Amino acid sequence: MKLYCLSGHPTLPCNVLKFKSTTIMLDCGLDTTSVLNFLPLPLVHSPRLSKLPSWVSKDGTINLEKELKECAGRVFVDSQPEFCLPERELLDLSTVDVILVSNYHCMMALPYITEHTGFTGTVYATEPTLQIGRLLMEELVTFMERVPKAQSATCWKNKEIQRMLPGPLKDAVDVWTWKRSYSMQEVNSALSKVQLVGYSQKVELFGAVQVSPLSSGYSLGSSNWIIQSHHEKVSYVSGSSLLTTHPQPMDQSSLKNSDVLILTGLTQMPTANPDGMLGEFCSNLAMTIRAGGNVLVPCYSSGVIYDLLECLYQFIDNANLGTTPFYFISPVANSSLEFSQIFAEWLCHNKQSKVYLPEPPFPHAELIQTNKLKHYSSIHGDFSSEFRQPCVVFTGHPSLRFGDVVHFMELWGKSSLNTIIFTEPDFSYLDALAPYQPLAMKCVYCPIDTRLNFHQVSKLLKEVQPLHVVCPEQYTQPPQSQAHRSDLMLELHPPPMPYRRCSVLNLPFRRRYERVYILPELANSLVPSEIKPGVSLATVSAVLHSKDNKHTLQSVPKAPPAPPSKKRKRVPEEPPVLLGPKPLLSGAVPLEAFLATLQKVRRDLIVVFRIMSCNTFLCCKNKCEESVRRNKQFITCRAESAGRTRSWL
Amino acid sequence: MPEIKVTPLGAGQDVGRSCILVSIGGKNIMLDCGMHMGYNDDRRFPDFSYITQNGRLTEFLDCVIISHFHLDHCGALPFMSEMVGYDGPIYMTHPTKAICPILLEDFRKITVDKKGETNFFTSQMIKDCMKKVVPLNLHQTVQVDDELEIKAYYAGHVLGAAMVHIKVGSESVVYTGDYNMTPDRHLGAAWIDKCRPDLLISESTYATTIRDSKRCRERDFLKKVHESIERGGKVLIPVFALGRAQELCILLETFWERMNLKAPIYFSTGLTEKANHYYKLFITWTNQKIRKTFVQRNMFEFKHIKAFDRSYADNPGPMVVFATPGMLHAGQSLQIFKKWAGNEKNMVIMPGYCVQGTIGHKILNGQRKLEMEGRSTLDVKLQVEYMSFSAHADAKGIMQLIRMAEPRNMLLVHGEAVKMEFLKGKIEQEFSIDCHMPANGETVAVTTNPSVPVDISLNLLKREMALGGPLPDPKKPRTMHGTLIMKENSLKLVSSEQALKELGLNEHQLRFTCRVQLQDPHSDSDTLHRIYTHLKSVLKGYTIQHLPDGTVMVESIVIKVSSCAEDANTKVLLLSWSYQDEDLGSFLSTLLKKGLPSGLC
Repeated sequence: MKLYCLSGHPTLPCNVLKFKSTTIMLDCGLDTTSVLNFLPLPLVHSPRLSKLPSWVSKDGTINLEKELKECAGRVFVDSQPEFCLPERELLDLSTVDVILVSNYHCMMALPYITEHTGFTGTVYATEPTLQIGRLLMEELVTFMERVPKAQSATCWKNKEIQRMLPGPLKDAVDVWTWKRSYSMQEVNSALSKVQLVGYSQKVELFGAVQVSPLSSGYSLGSSNWIIQSHHEKVSYVSGSSLLTTHPQPMDQSSLKNSDVLILTGLTQMPTANPDGMLGEFCSNLAMTIRAGGNVLVPCYSSGVIYDLLECLYQFIDNANLGTTPFYFISPVANSSLEFSQIFAEWLCHNKQSKVYLPEPPFPHAELIQTNKLKHYSSIHGDFSSEFRQPCVVFTGHPSLRFGDVVHFMELWGKSSLNTIIFTEPDFSYLDALAPYQPLAMKCVYCPIDTRLNFHQVSKLLKEVQPLHVVCPEQYTQPPQSQAHRSDLMLELHPPPMPYRRCSVLNLPFRRRYERVYILPELANSLVPSEIKPGVSLATVSAVLHSKDNKHTLQSVPKAPPAPPSKKRKRVPEEPPVLLGPKPLLSGAVPLEAFLATLQKVRRDLIVVFRIMSCNTFLCCKNKCEESVRRNKQFITCRAESAGRTRSWL
Repeated sequence: MPEIKVTPLGAGQDVGRSCILVSIGGKNIMLDCGMHMGYNDDRRFPDFSYITQNGRLTEFLDCVIISHFHLDHCGALPFMSEMVGYDGPIYMTHPTKAICPILLEDFRKITVDKKGETNFFTSQMIKDCMKKVVPLNLHQTVQVDDELEIKAYYAGHVLGAAMVHIKVGSESVVYTGDYNMTPDRHLGAAWIDKCRPDLLISESTYATTIRDSKRCRERDFLKKVHESIERGGKVLIPVFALGRAQELCILLETFWERMNLKAPIYFSTGLTEKANHYYKLFITWTNQKIRKTFVQRNMFEFKHIKAFDRSYADNPGPMVVFATPGMLHAGQSLQIFKKWAGNEKNMVIMPGYCVQGTIGHKILNGQRKLEMEGRSTLDVKLQVEYMSFSAHADAKGIMQLIRMAEPRNMLLVHGEAVKMEFLKGKIEQEFSIDCHMPANGETVAVTTNPSVPVDISLNLLKREMALGGPLPDPKKPRTMHGTLIMKENSLKLVSSEQALKELGLNEHQLRFTCRVQLQDPHSDSDTLHRIYTHLKSVLKGYTIQHLPDGTVMVESIVIKVSSCAEDANTKVLLLSWSYQDEDLGSFLSTLLKKGLPSGLC
């Protein structure tokens, strides 16, 4: 069993597991941090961005004035942003049989894999994962396509040139494989390959392996996966949460007794407490509004935003923010809010009971009804006429490189009254802000990452006790900035097996048994005998049938009785086919009884017996073999019931 | 032989109070727990004393599963759990869990508050009963205990209707509840995978009907409503608050819009608003089209359909009223019916099945004079129309489901005996499987033939597969040999060598020795050589060795030659082989008995 690691990003994993005869891709994460190297895509022409100076190397030898711009000492690529895809050279991805998706953030690379590698398999995901994943992809495509960039920068990717570049650009890996966003057509085609599954549904793959998603508590429809056969079990843990937010709680007990547990998707903010961050978010928001400023919240259009809105629902009246307009701007804002209300089955118990009343599970329905929250598909259209300040705007993309957020950065960045509050943990806020420097607006960083922290995960692992743990190498040492915090890493016995991008791990597995089904007819013909207290034996002679990786044992078909024709008589003259070894007789024969019966059957057959400690010799007269053969069945039976009287031999 | 036993307490050759007991692999399961609309006495509920005469049911039942929220499938639930006594798990889907208590409360109100019955379950009992409910998701495999697992499939009949697959070990039963194999205006079609259950328990409401296309029925319905409105009549459509009502509302709403009609449409119960909300929140349970467009347009927000007030019934002019309940057995629909029955311009359209004993059933059978409570009679002059809109599978649909699931046995419930009989014949003929149709209280036992799961050692399996090649040759089946070790609860099949090793046993050799006399006037060593050459020519592909110690070995079979004491030309061949080589050994002895051919050197 092997694990091929195609992504180095610990929370946006992409691994391929070869298990028995199947090839299973676990998640399909798209590393979007690469877009931080690009200039923002403004929705309306931005004089500031277009006037940025081109970057020229110190000695003046490299001058890519069309491709590279400089802003506040950092160099950015002036091109449509590109993403870092999962590794495609490590193994032939057309051999992947299935892709298991654990949550909607971890499927963003799906179109690249399913559409451009010869993939012909099936993708499994839950319904919320599919629907919200579709929204996020649609949003991404819209963000990119509505502001097309004529030029595509490629010269900077030249190895010789990249080596000379400053800062993060120089160290960016695999830049040649970076790709622009996919098209909506590719998204639709990719998602048409998705087969929906429910939590704890058992899905058979080619009869060899059974996979089953478990609730992971992180987002709507998010799941961990169990991949198992009758004797081996691999657990795949991706983004999971033990906090009580909106999704169904995490199913922990089903992870028990795993041979291997692949652990990914831990919190990216191990030192930030989500509850504390939520409080800070609210107080900063209120402070800014009271001072007459605007609040910008760059966020994904699904996920934590539901919790933020719920928190604000309780907060705004207390904080006297009842008249402040809240805007949610995204091409999929409406769909995201509507979809969140229809997945009752995937929500936590509290929200489920609301649906029974029947009331919408999320309070943002009420915020919309009372006009406190308004949603728009973009800053164009209705929004521009209805927009009032001071206000709070939720919009994407959290990288600040594309989407409506770019416009608000340009609009509000110059005033110190305004505040930008970062809640998504995926991007470093300093990097995100870099192309907007110098900035006057206030920046508040309160990342809310509800995924498991190291304390929770070590408790979880103690409970479910996997034999081996595989995890990204980042989890095996403390973060670089906090090298002394040994509590911010996994310490396990035996130590976890670390992986990085392009690793191929041999998973420590010894498969020893396989399931086989004995058909009832054969089962009834078996003669077990007890050879030790509690242990019985039966020799089995059977025909093995293997079909679709399912094995059954049938009785040996009886040879059809030879018709009394002359031709048939010649048959015995053909030598018997060379056979594999027949069963050895286990134990010893209860000789006296055995021989007595044998002699009773054909007294004349048996001439001499030589008995040794564990050997029995049967000597036959000249013509005996026919009869012996006729009695073979009988002998076999007796010999099987062997061991019982072994002692007296 | 293991058996699956099925006893219907209700719905056996009948429609109403569905309640079916299944015993499978030592587990007892109650499928549905409904009430009968046609009775007002004890017969209204299933006879739970069948399970036990005294005391609670908890220890006799492993779980209860409710297929959907119709009262003939869940109406007896609070009575069973709170008044008879059952504390185990009750499984139903989320929409059923949401809607079921509302209908139960409605039912209770009509029975207790209006009819004044006592000794009936209370509101509190409904609440307590619902606390025992465990929600089921579609396709989720729920482990009731270590052995019993259940899985729900989409049934389409009403919002949240489910079929259940029940499995213990390798035995399984599928219970369909009520289902619909054709998608309608608001729900999708039932679906199940090829799960090959030992027994499929199917409803058979429309066992003998093959319905024309849905479109035709819809057109007919709209035409009749339209005609009646045109001539100034009032149209009463008795429905249940949830289900068909929404489908017909969608139908009329679009028709009114298209034809620009002005006559009012009313919906009689306060439930509507709420009911439509359920449909909105459980939109994932509706059909593809509604699910796809729900963000833009919610199909359950109606413009033309307004809430009904009792006083409207006497308003002049045409109108259409949806009123509950659907079989005209009580409540508002019955009241309106009484008011309108005398006018031949009016019309009542029965959109679904009516249980025997209800007024709906009587008027559909052409009865024109009805005896009402208090000895009065009611003359029925209005037009009575029947339109089969209830979403049950028809004969074609039932056959289609059988083809989907491929059961080994069939059992029909929830239908009339005569019709069942007909369908049973068809099923047995077409699928060559046994089909049962027990009456209430009658037990059917279906024998199953489960194969035994065993763990085979991978070495043995791989060796066997390597030898046998990828595909078994049906003409020359290879025989595999192994030893089955039964220890505690585990069954392991290993090679005999491994079994000996694991259990610390010594191998016991069984050897056959055989003397063959042969006329061969040569020296012993020459004879042996002649035998060697002979065997070489006969046994191709075998290892045959002529050893220096004066023996010939064919594989592991030893052949020695000695002269007979009396006659030097008579040689005595000694053959010795182990039990494992019995085939070859007896072949050799037969061969050698025939003597050596001349011309050997």
